[in-house]
Amino acid sequence: MAAPAALFEYLVRLGDNCLILGHRLSEWCGHGPVLEEDLALTNVALDLIGQATLWLELAGEIEGRGRTADQLAYLRDAGEFRNLLLVEQPNGHYGETLARQFYFDTWHCGLLQGLSHSQHPRVADIAAKSLKEATYHLERSEEWVVTLGDGTDESHARMQQAINDLWMYTGELFVMDEIEQDLVAEGIAVDLAELREPWLKQVGKTLDEATLTLPQAGWMQQGGKQGVHTENLGFILADMQFLQRAYPNATW
Amino acid sequence: MQDWPLFEVFIRSQHGLSHKHVGSLHAPDAETAIHYARDVYTRRNEGVSIWVVKSADIAASSPGDKGPLFEPANSKVYRHPTFYDIPKEVGHM
Repeated sequence: MAAPAALFEYLVRLGDNCLILGHRLSEWCGHGPVLEEDLALTNVALDLIGQATLWLELAGEIEGRGRTADQLAYLRDAGEFRNLLLVEQPNGHYGETLARQFYFDTWHCGLLQGLSHSQHPRVADIAAKSLKEATYHLERSEEWVVTLGDGTDESHARMQQAINDLWMYTGELFVMDEIEQDLVAEGIAVDLAELREPWLKQVGKTLDEATLTLPQAGWMQQGGKQGVHTENLGFILADMQFLQRAYPNATW
Repeated sequence: MQDWPLFEVFIRSQHGLSHKHVGSLHAPDAETAIHYARDVYTRRNEGVSIWVVKSADIAASSPGDKGPLFEPANSKVYRHPTFYDIPKEVGHM
């Protein structure tokens, strides 16, 4: 069986992606372009925070030091967060939020599909439950990318810009490290490198339909999984963790 | 977004037989309207099936026609099946 430390690390990566992206999306709550879209996006945020809770709960159990999902979420500092750089990027305009979501959802679905066959039954359960939500998220983000890409000249230009600007954060989605390789060998984790081709194909197909251009391969940023983040994460945590930091153990 | 059409939303509930009107929303197209209906009206497990229809496509009776349309039925009590003797064996109907 996997070393608890390695599995803990892996689960925290899964949980932090959902937590940070969920928090980012929650920033739109009450600010959406129309009421219907505000509700829809907030639902996605809630789904992701629910998934984060499941992953971080399991991580805390595996770690065995009695840390709860809440403690992991609110009482770690930026260097201990393991989310991908993509999910901590600012919301920008609505097209940028949707481009980030589109890249993530396409990847997330592939990942969860793989994880739903994990040898670790708890991991497989959480993945299977999350996959249903992620499938809906992807349907939504694909539709929006097509609507805005194949929309007016302005929406097309803005969407293309967003797709280009976030591209450098997509390389990290498929980078494997030793921890993941060991867990793949044990049948627990998913080989991210194998997700790359199907991801490119699916992203390319949707961009095609949206009359947008798939960005060229180029320099890719990475480091989120090792705790080396962009400056954005600090601001997110300052907002997200403020209450627990200022009033330790506050509940309501 | 100002020109998004209005859609009427119909949901079939868990145990309901037919779709019931639950409200309306704005959406760019029918497919998105179904997505929005899912997020606005089925968050608490209200339904198993969603219909949306553009409000403009619904033909409706006018409130002003209430008299000619519905009042003639008022004076026709014989249309209610209250004049039959029901045999005891039939029991409660």
